[in-house]
Amino acid sequence: MAVATQNKALLIGYRAYVIAFFIFLAAPLVAAGTFAFNDSLFPALPWQGFTLDWFFNDTEPKLGMFHDRRLLRGLYYSAVIGAMVSFLSVFVGTTNAFLFVRGNFPGKNFFYILMILPLVIPGVILGISILVMASNIANGVEDKLNIELEFLRPGILLVVLGQFSFITTITSLVITARLKKFDYTMEEAALNLGATRAQVLRTVTLPFLRPAMIAAGIVAFLVSFENFNTTLFLVGSESPLTITMYDRMAKVGSTPVLNAVSFFLIVGSGLLALISVVIQRDKSGG
Amino acid sequence: MQSDIKRLSLILLFAPFALWLLLLIILPHIGIVALSLREKVAPRVYEFGFGNYIDFIQEPIYWNTLLRTGSMSILVTILALLIGFPIAYYIAKIAGKRSRGALFLLCLIPLWVSDLIRAFGWILLLRETGVVSSFLQDIGLISQPIEFLYNDITVIIGLVYTVILFMIVPLVSTLDGMGDDMIEAGYNLGGSGFTVLRKIILPYAMPGIVSGCIVVFMMTAGSYLTPILLGGKNSSWFTEQIYDQFITRFNWESGAAFGFLLLAFTSLVVWLGLKLTGQTLANTVAKS
Repeated sequence: MAVATQNKALLIGYRAYVIAFFIFLAAPLVAAGTFAFNDSLFPALPWQGFTLDWFFNDTEPKLGMFHDRRLLRGLYYSAVIGAMVSFLSVFVGTTNAFLFVRGNFPGKNFFYILMILPLVIPGVILGISILVMASNIANGVEDKLNIELEFLRPGILLVVLGQFSFITTITSLVITARLKKFDYTMEEAALNLGATRAQVLRTVTLPFLRPAMIAAGIVAFLVSFENFNTTLFLVGSESPLTITMYDRMAKVGSTPVLNAVSFFLIVGSGLLALISVVIQRDKSGG
Repeated sequence: MQSDIKRLSLILLFAPFALWLLLLIILPHIGIVALSLREKVAPRVYEFGFGNYIDFIQEPIYWNTLLRTGSMSILVTILALLIGFPIAYYIAKIAGKRSRGALFLLCLIPLWVSDLIRAFGWILLLRETGVVSSFLQDIGLISQPIEFLYNDITVIIGLVYTVILFMIVPLVSTLDGMGDDMIEAGYNLGGSGFTVLRKIILPYAMPGIVSGCIVVFMMTAGSYLTPILLGGKNSSWFTEQIYDQFITRFNWESGAAFGFLLLAFTSLVVWLGLKLTGQTLANTVAKS
């Protein structure tokens, strides 16, 4: 123990505070998840008995989430968007890591700070700024050339670009941290043994980075999946899950099917987060 | 030859970086500044002018909302630090080896749960027909259902809840790197618990504290779901005004001006915070 805690009562009080905090942390998530199993039309007490209808039932009024077309479509769009954002941001995150760890060029510190900035720009502003630019280009092309550029109107591409714009900062930081720990002598050894630069990259450096790249990809996917603020302004007719859920919450009022989705997302994102932590921890000795 | 390859690979690495920042961050932001300086004088006719900003100054609702958003965000940031620091310190320094990892995991796993689900959980707990109100009725403390939603205190609790893990996680990493011997030396030299905290622990943790505060402040000021869902129609959050101008009124010029004002205002607060604590963006957020 770091601190010589003379006072036992103080330590007990401190422990109680920590326990209270974790109860506070869990309470809303437990509430959101638990009502998915209540056999009632409303997500509220009293408890009417256990059911899995809100997941699997196929008839109204208790339509389960796996039979609800709109929710499933939202889930599908979220997954597609998340996969694209994750792929793009890991790619640029990796090139950024090489650029800032290996590269030497004037203004490096300035550019590094520029790379951090998207993380501290409010998501709403990223959303509107990209919406405005895409619309300006689309309108300009339409006026001058009379061609309608449908992909620059709100829709999946803009959502992907909007999320990619700040998630790349996160992936860059994760992968940069890993590349900084790389031992140069490993590359030199491979070069001395006659490997080409491309071979060294493929067989030595990239495998070393792989845990960080996978972890960064998972985090990128999770951030994309839960994003609302940036997405809100860029969404077209293909609504991802958070937008579909919000619409339903605001317009229709909530039934326990939303709890079922919440349960699914809490467990799913928790598992993915756990995997990303384990991947990074296991191989961090390298 | 060797230097040519180096230069070529540098250019190849710089290209994605430059395209990303230029096309998705720099140009779009210049775009909204330009748009915000445009006034509509007739349908499809625009003129350069500061009209959108003058409207903002002349309408107290607008700037009151911005000031309210800013001051509540500062309050949320302070609360998140005060509540979160002891937790981070416990995880990094007091907990035994085995429970340390478990507790940190408990913080990492719910980190990426959506704001929407967090707010939804609070709604189920706190609304008139919610769990807390029913429970208080059952044990006979209150005779009528109570509505705990739609007030500022609930909004603040919900916001602290949404952002606090982004304060705790970087703080745990920072405090983890501090040697126990530094703290012990402080005690051995006769320092009280408070002196050790003030003279040794806080200065060491300062980059992590500032980094957590910046991220938490920006997330709070830019949040949309939590204030709206927990505060209801009258939550008066500035992002709601931006949404209103853009989507409901379709007044993009004024929405762009509001967006720029939010960015300028929050950047000013962050800059002041960095100046007051003597930190820079590079040694705080960049390290987390």
